[in-house]
Amino acid sequence: MENQSCVNIQTEWDIVAARQLGRNVAKELGFGIVDQARITTAISELARNIFIYANKGRVRIEKIYDKGHAGLRIVAIDNGPGINDIRLAMEDGYSTSGGLGAGLPGVKRLMDEFDIVSSKGKGTEIVATKWIR
Amino acid sequence: MPFREVMEAKYRDILTKYIKEQSESTLYIGQKFSRKSIENQVTPEEIISLHKMILQEIYPDMPEYVVHSFDILLEIMLGYGFAYREHQSLRNQQKELRSEIEIAANVQQTLLETKIPSVEGLDIGAISVPARLMNGDYYNFVEDENDCISIAIADVIGKGIPAALCMSMIKYAMDSIPANRNEPSMLLENLNRVVEQNVDPSMFITMFYGMYDYARHVFSYASAGHEPGFYYDGKKREFSEIYAKGLMLGIDKKTKYRQYEKNIHPGDMIILLSDGVTECRTDEGFVEKETLLNYIRKYIHCSAQEIVNNIFKDLEKLQDFQLRDDFTLIIIKRRV
Repeated sequence: MENQSCVNIQTEWDIVAARQLGRNVAKELGFGIVDQARITTAISELARNIFIYANKGRVRIEKIYDKGHAGLRIVAIDNGPGINDIRLAMEDGYSTSGGLGAGLPGVKRLMDEFDIVSSKGKGTEIVATKWIR
Repeated sequence: MPFREVMEAKYRDILTKYIKEQSESTLYIGQKFSRKSIENQVTPEEIISLHKMILQEIYPDMPEYVVHSFDILLEIMLGYGFAYREHQSLRNQQKELRSEIEIAANVQQTLLETKIPSVEGLDIGAISVPARLMNGDYYNFVEDENDCISIAIADVIGKGIPAALCMSMIKYAMDSIPANRNEPSMLLENLNRVVEQNVDPSMFITMFYGMYDYARHVFSYASAGHEPGFYYDGKKREFSEIYAKGLMLGIDKKTKYRQYEKNIHPGDMIILLSDGVTECRTDEGFVEKETLLNYIRKYIHCSAQEIVNNIFKDLEKLQDFQLRDDFTLIIIKRRV
C-alpha cells in the first residue's frame, strides 16, 4: 500500500469510505482497537463537516514515521465557505450542529496533534495526527 | 501503583468473579471500580475494549457474533466518551471562570472601598453584602472640609458581573465631579448625564445621595428613584419614610432632581437601604416594611454598626441563608 491515499467526499456514503480507509490504515499500522475507533470517529467528524458545510472536499490518510515512531495523519481539505471565527469553532459547546461533544474540539481531543487553516470564502484544511503509543 | 497499570488485572478479577457467582458484593466492587476509572479519566470506549479483550481471553471460543457485537457497542460508547470529555473540559473551564470572578470580586472590593467617617456626635454603621460574588450595590462616604459628610447609596438594576462593572464606573464618575458641585441635587444631575452617556441603555441605576452637615445637623438629600429610606424620630419614637422624588439615573439626560432638607435632633436616626433589604423574600412573601422596622426597634439600643450587622444576620436567617439580591443597609444615628 502507498503511504497515502485519498477519498473524495461528495455523498454521505463517502464518509463511510473515508472511515473504512482510515480504519484499514490504522489496523495496518498496529493501532489498538480503541485507537482505531478514535481515529475512525475523528475521520467521520471531519468528513461530515465537509459534507455538511462545504458540500465537497477530500480526506487524505497518510502513514507517517518520525524517529522510529509510526503515526497516522488525517488531512481534510475543502473549498467551502471557510470558518469565520476559528477560535469560536474550537470552543467546547459551540458546534453549530448541536451535537454533544462533537465538532472540532472533540476531534482535537481524540487525536494527538491538530492543526487548522481556514480562510473565508476559500476553504478549510485540517490536519490531525495520532501516534502509536 | 497507578490505576491504569492495575486496571486490567482488577477488571479481570471482578469479571471472572461475577461470572462465577452473581453476587451483589461483586457488583458493588464494580461500582467502586467505575468511580476509580472515572477519576483516572478512563473513557467508556476503553472499558468496552477491556471487557471484550478479557472476555476473549477467558473464553477463546466465544461465538463470533458476541465478539462482533462489541464493535457496535464500542462505536456507540465512543460517542458517549466524546460527550464525556467535552463535559470534563467544560467543567475545568467553569472552575477557571469561577476563580477569575473571585479575583474580580476582590479587585472590586478594593476599588469601591470606603471608610465610615467617625465624627463627634454621630454614630454610623454600614453593611453591604452581594447576593453572588460581585456586588451591584454601592455605598460611599466622603467627609469634606465644610463639616459635611456625604453619603451615597446606589443600586444597579440587575445583579452579578454586569451590575458590578457598572458600579465601578459610578464610583469614578462621582470622584471626578468637582467638589463645589456636591449639593445632592446637582450631583445627581451630573451623574445622570454620565450614566446616560456611558452606560448601556438597558441598565438603570437608582441612587440616594445625602449630605449631613454635622455643624448644623441638617440632612439634605435627593433621590434618583432609589428605595426610600426611613427617618426615626427619637423623641416620638416613630418611623417615617424619607420621601424624595426623582427619575432613575440614565433614563433622560435632562432630568432635574429636587433637594429636600431635614433637621436631625439628638436620638434621631437616618436609615438608608437598597431594595435587597425590602425585597428579602421568604416562603410567605416579601418581608413587610413593618417587620424591618421591628428589627430596628429590637436593636435600637445597640451601636449603629451592631444594628446593621444584626439585622443582616436576622434577615439572612429568615431567608434560609440565600440572598436573592445584593443587600445594603446604612444607619446614621445622632448621639444623644
